[in-house]
Amino acid sequence: MALQKMQRIYIYALKKDKDRILELLQRRGIIEVRNMLKEDKIFRREDIGHAKESSEKNVAAVSQALEILNSYVKENKSLLSSLKGRKELPEEVYASFGEKLESVVEIAKRIITLSKKIAEEKAELIRLQNQIEILKPWVNLDIPLNFKGTKHTAGFIGTLPKEWTLEEIYEKLAAYMPLDVEIISATKEQTCIFVLCTNTFKDNVFETLRAMDFILPSISLDKAPAEQLKDFEKQAEEIKGRINTYLEEMKSYDKSREDLYFLLDYETIRIEKYDVIGNLLQSKNVFIITGFIPEKDAKHIEEELTSKFDLAVEVTEPKNKDQVPVLYKNNGFCEPLEGIVNSFSPPGKGEIDPTMVMSLFYYMLFGLMLSDAGYGFLMAVGCAFALYKFRNTMERPMKNTLKMYLYCGISTIFWGIMFGSYFGDIFDVVGTTFFGVEKVPVIPPLWFFPVEKPMLMLTFCMAVGILHLLIGLAMKGYQAIKHKDYKSLVYDAVFWITLLISCVLLLLSMEMIKNILGINIELPAYAVKAAGILAIISAAGIILTNGRESKNPFKRILKGLYALYGISGYLSDVLSYSRLLALGLATGVIGSVINKMAAMTAGGIFGPVIFTVIVIIGHALNIGINALGAYVHTNRLQYVEFFGKFYEGGGTLFKPFGMHTKYYKIKE
Amino acid sequence: MKLLNEYGIAFALLGAVLAALVPGIASAKAVSMGGVAGAGVITEDPAQFGKVLILQLLPGTQGIYGLLIAFITLSQIGVLGGSSDISFVKGLLYFAACLPIVIVGYSSAIKQAKAAVASINVVAKRPDQFGKAMIFPAMVETYAILALLISILAVNGVSGLNI
Repeated sequence: MALQKMQRIYIYALKKDKDRILELLQRRGIIEVRNMLKEDKIFRREDIGHAKESSEKNVAAVSQALEILNSYVKENKSLLSSLKGRKELPEEVYASFGEKLESVVEIAKRIITLSKKIAEEKAELIRLQNQIEILKPWVNLDIPLNFKGTKHTAGFIGTLPKEWTLEEIYEKLAAYMPLDVEIISATKEQTCIFVLCTNTFKDNVFETLRAMDFILPSISLDKAPAEQLKDFEKQAEEIKGRINTYLEEMKSYDKSREDLYFLLDYETIRIEKYDVIGNLLQSKNVFIITGFIPEKDAKHIEEELTSKFDLAVEVTEPKNKDQVPVLYKNNGFCEPLEGIVNSFSPPGKGEIDPTMVMSLFYYMLFGLMLSDAGYGFLMAVGCAFALYKFRNTMERPMKNTLKMYLYCGISTIFWGIMFGSYFGDIFDVVGTTFFGVEKVPVIPPLWFFPVEKPMLMLTFCMAVGILHLLIGLAMKGYQAIKHKDYKSLVYDAVFWITLLISCVLLLLSMEMIKNILGINIELPAYAVKAAGILAIISAAGIILTNGRESKNPFKRILKGLYALYGISGYLSDVLSYSRLLALGLATGVIGSVINKMAAMTAGGIFGPVIFTVIVIIGHALNIGINALGAYVHTNRLQYVEFFGKFYEGGGTLFKPFGMHTKYYKIKE
Repeated sequence: MKLLNEYGIAFALLGAVLAALVPGIASAKAVSMGGVAGAGVITEDPAQFGKVLILQLLPGTQGIYGLLIAFITLSQIGVLGGSSDISFVKGLLYFAACLPIVIVGYSSAIKQAKAAVASINVVAKRPDQFGKAMIFPAMVETYAILALLISILAVNGVSGLNI
């Protein structure tokens, strides 16, 4: 339950060591570089725009090339590869990559050019194929398509819509004999004809043909169609051949894929370094690095730096106005939940880290909502298997997510056993359907069946809720103690805690509430009396103090009254925990519905097979939808009900200057 | 009255069927609203599929709650086997017990879908704010859960009444 203590660090060093120092710091990855000093006449910041630009260009080119390459040559990626984490690379590869850089960029550029060429050739091929399609009906014509006639004759080559016979055409043109009509080809859509007439009737023939919707062919070529067709086909073959060689070349870059990925990482590292260089104050011979460092690392890095270089390191406490970055310090049990806190907001200035306290309830609430030992078992085993299989290479965020679900799964198993739910009621159903078991339940619940005693379950859920809320208030008190704000401790935490507890006691002493909840507790009379008095005192205290930021006494009381009205908020907060019951029941009942449906089909030889299929598909759906529900609503209870009592967030995470690569990890 | 008593089971069944029908229809509509918005996001940024899918599914739970009440009611009134001897009053009571999830389930699913669509837009612009975006639709769902709770308690309670 804590955050790493941060310190300001100033490193004053000689420019001649700049590259080596920066490389060392980047490799250690423990300093977040921030501007803490102003520029003056001597110390200035360097403009690194130009240097960064070339790296960014390379990144853009290589990303594009990779995208193209992946679309032509599928990458071998297994389903589990995302669990595996980044590949490790020895440091020498990284150090020597600078020499290779240019050639890899060339490959990327070549890949982009190739894809352009392939696209161009394909467009050309399509154009050719269109022409071939147009030419095909003309293949029997032995003169070129642009034939217009001889000295004394006029020739018309073109198409008529629909199918025509020779007689029909002659009939139309009968007036202009002598002439010759040839049908080159005829289909239902069009008839390709060649008409030769004497020059005298040239215009009349053309007019008549036009009236028959005669159209000239859309291409005009010097060679006879058959010959031309051969030419085109040859050209098409050539283009196909070229495309194939391009594709072959593209495939040959499959082996360069690793280099391309590595170049992305390499340039990412460089860009990160340029960003830092842009933040350095530099004079002619000296440069200054300023930033934040976790206290635990400060000593160590100071020693390492001073032993290797001529420089001065200064470490100071952060100033009051500093927005100190947040770095968590948690054990393995609650570390997985840092992500959940982060997606709300990292702890703000002066706030404590809520992860530890939250983790206890998080796992419990999740388990209560899913509350099925079978589902919990699947979750836990799945996560444990993945964690074990990829234990050496898995990245931290993935590891934390899986660990979170592992613990949630274990908690789910626990509550499943308490409430007697194993894949709904699978043991009972299998037992009665296939083995003639008569005594159900086969495995009785350790505590009780929520379906049979929903009121008891509801009471339990609300009790969990009240405890959760009280701990939220206690956290507020703890935070007040840490800030030595004892007024807030008493007014905002102690009064409310007292009020809540005494109200709960008073409610429990009422017959009506006892009847509704179906519980039987006899509180001693003096306890009830004491609770009543405490409730009045704390309510009065809240009225008097909760509006204390107003100076006007009248306004102050009004604000205090309004704050006391906030007790209705606690009522709705507590009722909100009834979702534990509703979601828990939903899982169990839907599970039994699936089992019941499966049992209906269980007769006959294939019965057991159908039964198994329905059970597997049904429960897979149920676990998916209910795990989602449990996750979302656990988050809601934490964010809204619990954090609402004491936590605001608003901090920023610690982002050290390091090597934030995506594909490869550089080994030390 | 004796004649009327034969219709008790009809009202009880009507309640159960409505519980499956109405929230189911609403959830189908609600999930489709989320799907339409989500598909738009995926065309721009396929990496957000997981987050968008969760947001799309959130308003789908009302249909499941309705199914749950329908199933509990069916098994209580003996339609799934057992005796179906339900008095007229009891049938009406079952019907009434189903109403919270029928009505609130319908309305909350549609309203929740609107919040989910808005949250999907948040994820499209700022994927890092998913944690907060998820809470907005979840707030709406509270009321569906409360209705579900009352329906469960009421259906269970009615079965214990001796009328």
